[in-house]
Amino acid sequence: MSRLIEINSLQKRYGAKTVLENISLSFESGTIAGILGPNGSGKTSIMKILAGIIKDYDGEVLIDGSAPNEYTKSIVSYLPEKTYLAEGNKAKYALDFFEDFYTDFDRSKAEEMFRQFKLDPEQKIKSMSKGMQEKVQLILVMSRKTKVYLLDEPLGGLDPASRKAMLDIILNNYSEDAVVLLSTHLISDVERIFDRIIMVGDKKIIVDDSVDNIRQSTGKSVEELFEEVFKC
Amino acid sequence: MPKDFSSNAPIYVQIMNEVKLKIVSGGWEPGQRLQSVRELAVEFSVNPNTMQRALSELERDGLLYTERTAGRYVSQDKTKISKARDEMAEEYTDSYYNSMIRLGYGKEDIVGIVSGKSGIKRRKENEQVNRD
Repeated sequence: MSRLIEINSLQKRYGAKTVLENISLSFESGTIAGILGPNGSGKTSIMKILAGIIKDYDGEVLIDGSAPNEYTKSIVSYLPEKTYLAEGNKAKYALDFFEDFYTDFDRSKAEEMFRQFKLDPEQKIKSMSKGMQEKVQLILVMSRKTKVYLLDEPLGGLDPASRKAMLDIILNNYSEDAVVLLSTHLISDVERIFDRIIMVGDKKIIVDDSVDNIRQSTGKSVEELFEEVFKC
Repeated sequence: MPKDFSSNAPIYVQIMNEVKLKIVSGGWEPGQRLQSVRELAVEFSVNPNTMQRALSELERDGLLYTERTAGRYVSQDKTKISKARDEMAEEYTDSYYNSMIRLGYGKEDIVGIVSGKSGIKRRKENEQVNRD
């Protein structure tokens, strides 16, 4: 177990609006953590900062000891909230692209998952359903053997059966000494795969605990606790 | 297929029960080698750390044991397994009995319903009921 992610007194503003205020968090290897929070709570901002996409923040962010830079990008596999695959291309080109770009990309593993989920590499991205596109992206991201996986809302467009399949992809493929951070609002479906829950709201960390501690101490599921904490 | 977990109990406790059920029902045989934690985690759709914790607790209870480097096995102690089965039977019986009482049935009614269902000798049923 080593500390892979360390965030100290992180602050993020968009213009005059503060979205994250004095956030401190750290993650050890071997963790699958859920980042939960209502819309606009700063989940995506945390992900983007860790991914090295947002650079103007205050505070300290370290991934495997380094502030986000070329090295950390090489050990972070990031699934953005919005699709980034070139729509006009066949899925096959996305495989080529990942293979060219990432030395840790296991193409045969990705192709095997394509077969498993009946995805056709010859099909154009734009002719795929939203659910199929999400599957393609998650397969690409999880086929990298790396230290940090950042999955921003990977389950949004999927039906319940596909969600289960996606969770299996994540459980089957993450490296055991890695950190997986997954943001979602579909809590009940996924809380069983987390060992730690971070609830973000009102710019701060409101809850940071293990799923079983939450259940043991509150007698509630994570979803029930979430609804209570963020009651409108 | 994973089970739906109830909301109020820790997930590891619920997995322990699922695994126990496999062991005491003979679905997993005494001395059988378990799959890896990772494989079981996928099978139950849970976090590997949660799975690990459930297995460690069952090891402490003596229903599983680990051979250095070789893996994890179901206990070969049949007395222990049958005792665990009795304990589970008792829990289920308590829970059934209490639910029936809440529904407004009396002991006699319950005995009647159960013996009608299973054909188990009434004497045995009475013992069970009297123990509660």
